[in-house]
Amino acid sequence: MEEVSTEEKALTFLKEKFGGEILNVDSPYDFLTVTLKPEKIITIIKSLYDEQGFQYLTTLCGVHYPDQKSIVILYQLHNLKLNKRIRLKIPLPEDKPSVPTLTTVFPAANWMERETYDFFGVNFEGHPNLIRILNVEEMIIFPMRKEYPLEDQVREDKNDQMFGR
Amino acid sequence: MEQNINTSALTDIPAKEEKQYSYLNLGPTHPATHGIFQNVLKMDGEIIVEATPTIGYIHRAFEKLAEHRPFYQITPITDRMNYCSSPINNMGWHMTVEKLLKIEIPKRAQYIRVIIMELARIADHIICNTIIGQDVGATTGFLYLFQYRERIYEIYEEICGARLTTNIGRIGGLERNVSQKAWDKLDQWLIDFPKAFAEFSGLLERNRIFMDRTIGCGGISAERALAYSFSGPNLRAAGVDYDVRAMNPYSSYEEFDFIIPVGTQGDTYDRFMVRQQEMHESLKIIRQALEKIKKEPSDVFRADVPEYVLPPKEEVYNDMEALIYHFKNIMGETEIPKGEVYHAVEGGNGELGFYLISDGGRKPYRLHFRRPCFIFYQAYPEMIKGSMLSDAIITMSSMNVIAGELDS
Amino acid sequence: METVPLNNVKVVETPAGIEGAGFFATSLDKAVGLARKNSIWPLPFATSCCGIEFMATMGSHYDLARFGSERLSFSPRQADLLMVMGTIAKKMGPILRQVYEQMAEPRWVLSVGACACSGGIFDTYSVLQGIDRIIPVDVYVPGCPPRPEQIIDGILNIQKLVESESLRRRDSAEYKAMLNSYGIE
Repeated sequence: MEEVSTEEKALTFLKEKFGGEILNVDSPYDFLTVTLKPEKIITIIKSLYDEQGFQYLTTLCGVHYPDQKSIVILYQLHNLKLNKRIRLKIPLPEDKPSVPTLTTVFPAANWMERETYDFFGVNFEGHPNLIRILNVEEMIIFPMRKEYPLEDQVREDKNDQMFGR
Repeated sequence: MEQNINTSALTDIPAKEEKQYSYLNLGPTHPATHGIFQNVLKMDGEIIVEATPTIGYIHRAFEKLAEHRPFYQITPITDRMNYCSSPINNMGWHMTVEKLLKIEIPKRAQYIRVIIMELARIADHIICNTIIGQDVGATTGFLYLFQYRERIYEIYEEICGARLTTNIGRIGGLERNVSQKAWDKLDQWLIDFPKAFAEFSGLLERNRIFMDRTIGCGGISAERALAYSFSGPNLRAAGVDYDVRAMNPYSSYEEFDFIIPVGTQGDTYDRFMVRQQEMHESLKIIRQALEKIKKEPSDVFRADVPEYVLPPKEEVYNDMEALIYHFKNIMGETEIPKGEVYHAVEGGNGELGFYLISDGGRKPYRLHFRRPCFIFYQAYPEMIKGSMLSDAIITMSSMNVIAGELDS
Repeated sequence: METVPLNNVKVVETPAGIEGAGFFATSLDKAVGLARKNSIWPLPFATSCCGIEFMATMGSHYDLARFGSERLSFSPRQADLLMVMGTIAKKMGPILRQVYEQMAEPRWVLSVGACACSGGIFDTYSVLQGIDRIIPVDVYVPGCPPRPEQIIDGILNIQKLVESESLRRRDSAEYKAMLNSYGIE
């Protein structure tokens, strides 16, 4: 009978095998969140896949923190047999964010990485087809970054003053 | 008679490597694609060799828009993601914020939410299954069952005032108690709908032509489906019984008794049948919820947390405290905790997840929608490889790809 | 055998004209207008949520077919009325323009929903703030989404336009100038 929960097992596994990569461990709202260094992330995810049973990729997205000049990529994995979830975060430098692709482990990451590239400009090395997916191909900015406004600046029929912008 | 056959022409037949393919552009506006997305199909005669999808034709920048709106103003945006079953999106968002704010919802409000979500699931599956029927040539089911979808809209109108993009409920419960008229309409619908549903099932479920057309069409194995992070009816048709309502129950789903239907081959027929059975299960859940509601006090419909939930108007006009809370709520002076939270609900198409990072302000710092349609549509080129064009069309309609959810 | 008395059946009103034994004379405008208005073939350009309300309008409860729009045409070459229902993103703009240009004269455009009329609640970088930036629109139907009754009201307004349109309008200099202002030849 297992006294240790799956999350603790996963955490111990990570600490033993990849202890040097862990930057922070947290559990907001009972969800194990581990912040790691970006260099070996694919190896870490592959070993979680093979040895800890996290074989379902729930989602992959990016978050931009301009005051820390970093873009954080978030991977959320799910162990369906034991019903445990884990969140892995890697901080990347804002000016040249680059990380190897996860499509070798999960084919589902294909479009998720394209979306993150489209919104934040993160380069996923080795991705089979890294082009924009949701925005028009001619766009040169990465719209989800905090410095870009929401509204289209060339529209002339909406009076920004009246709408408090 | 001697026949001089000019055999030199026979040696001019090009070698197999020089096979020529034709390219067919399917979409973005096409009567058979339900929603706007484009597929460029490389075809060898009638057989599809490769497909290149292009999406983003209805990209409305929901995630960026959500960073500029207070929490209660984001609900209309979530409506427009999977617009066939918008109450599920609304409830999912409210539950995410309630998780962040650590609000407990009373049981009666949870049961009413369950009823509304299951009605939305039935509405979504009605569209999907009748459109599968229409795409194989049986339009009758669409015309018959849409009448019952109008009756579901009437029930929503009684509860929240809108038909399609409902913005139903509030953070902390519902905006008003459900009127007696709505309960009567629901009771009448629960008597009438199963009869019409039985007629529709009789038309298609064991119909020889339908089965020949759909069995073996667009199948996917369970391993590939999991590798592509499928969820919802598409994954259950492939054989994996992953349902968020059973695995991570929310809003008192753990008290309800329902089965999770699974298929075997993951083809179009299995997806159709899984959705049919899920409609039966939803009807069961609604009936159980109606029984449970009778045992709860009948005037409870929201959590009593005045910091985050607007107090009733009568108290606002009479009581100083309620007035102050009302003011603070509307003007955004309440304290929102910092943190990050992920909550998933079982939408019409699978695990609909909301990942919210709050920095203590009125608006989210980052809101990411985990949209099931976006994720499973990646597998479409693999599913139609080697099949004919008409099979590709019904594979697409049986996957229930909704453009609003595909491009956020 | 029951027969329905003829005065209970609602038939289309005849236009003003001179009637006699076996003949009826009216002006060509009115006859053509009458025929066109009761047989509009719409092209449903349904992109998002308004498209589902359109499906409800075409269903048996609200039934658009009783106004003559029984046959939906998904090919622009055979359609009279372009019903744009739903948000048009900037990526979709050129395609909408291409579909409009492929339609033959006379053609009308009905813009259904707040997103098609003016961008709706999506004041963002990726949404076209109204389709009248790229194609000329005849009737706007506001709503988010508009009820089927409102969509039918929009169609009835289109019918009024169709009925009263002069046969020379599409060749007139004014019309050509308007098309030129959109860049359409």
